[in-house]
Amino acid sequence: MIFELDLVLLFLVVIIAIVAITTRDLLSAIMLLCAYSFLMAVVWVEMHSVDVAFTEAAVGAGATTAFLIAALSRTKRWEKK
Amino acid sequence: MPSKDTDTGTGKGGSIIVETVTRLMVPFIQLFALYVIIHGAGGPGGGFQGGVIFASSFVLYVIAFGIVKAGNRFSERANIVLFSTGVYIYAGVGLLCILFSYGAAQFLNYGYIPLTHHFEENRALGMDLVEIGIGITVMAVITSIFFNLVWKREEVGEREGED
Repeated sequence: MIFELDLVLLFLVVIIAIVAITTRDLLSAIMLLCAYSFLMAVVWVEMHSVDVAFTEAAVGAGATTAFLIAALSRTKRWEKK
Repeated sequence: MPSKDTDTGTGKGGSIIVETVTRLMVPFIQLFALYVIIHGAGGPGGGFQGGVIFASSFVLYVIAFGIVKAGNRFSERANIVLFSTGVYIYAGVGLLCILFSYGAAQFLNYGYIPLTHHFEENRALGMDLVEIGIGITVMAVITSIFFNLVWKREEVGEREGED
């Protein structure tokens, strides 16, 4: 494990999570969740847990993003105030 | 009012670059998924991850060509047959283990299946069979969820068109 890389990755994960729950644009929230999942996969690889990282990258960054976009296409893009 | 093409998702708005790249990428994604399923016993990966990757190739196909063309090629009935086949493979291997272990009743103890003469090789082969079953089920279920999420739009559009 590289301490500096871990620090940067976890900092980015926290920033992305906060932005994803505060933004009003739901499409960008979905894209930020995709980036969050991908960074979490990198964090899992950092922790030498390749199997969990594989699942996170395939399900979190791949399938869930497609599902959320397909669900969003049936509603409005902007959250109400 | 949106045009009918965007409602039914026939993919008329797709560009030729996206379609060509998709046509090139889909077989390689599926090959990688099969690699992940087969090598799941000895390394990272497995039936679940391989099935998700296989399903994401169909998701890519739907994104590039539209749900109508993809739905004609991969029907709901084939989906149902596939995901029950996966469950039957999983449960069937487990029941075969019970049968061949002669009353010890060890569900999914792969070593007892007499595929080869060695206990360890039987175990590896049985593990691969179970992973294939899991992969088929996960692939069909995730494809089915995505297709259902996208098909709904078309039904709503048709209903509005009739009214």
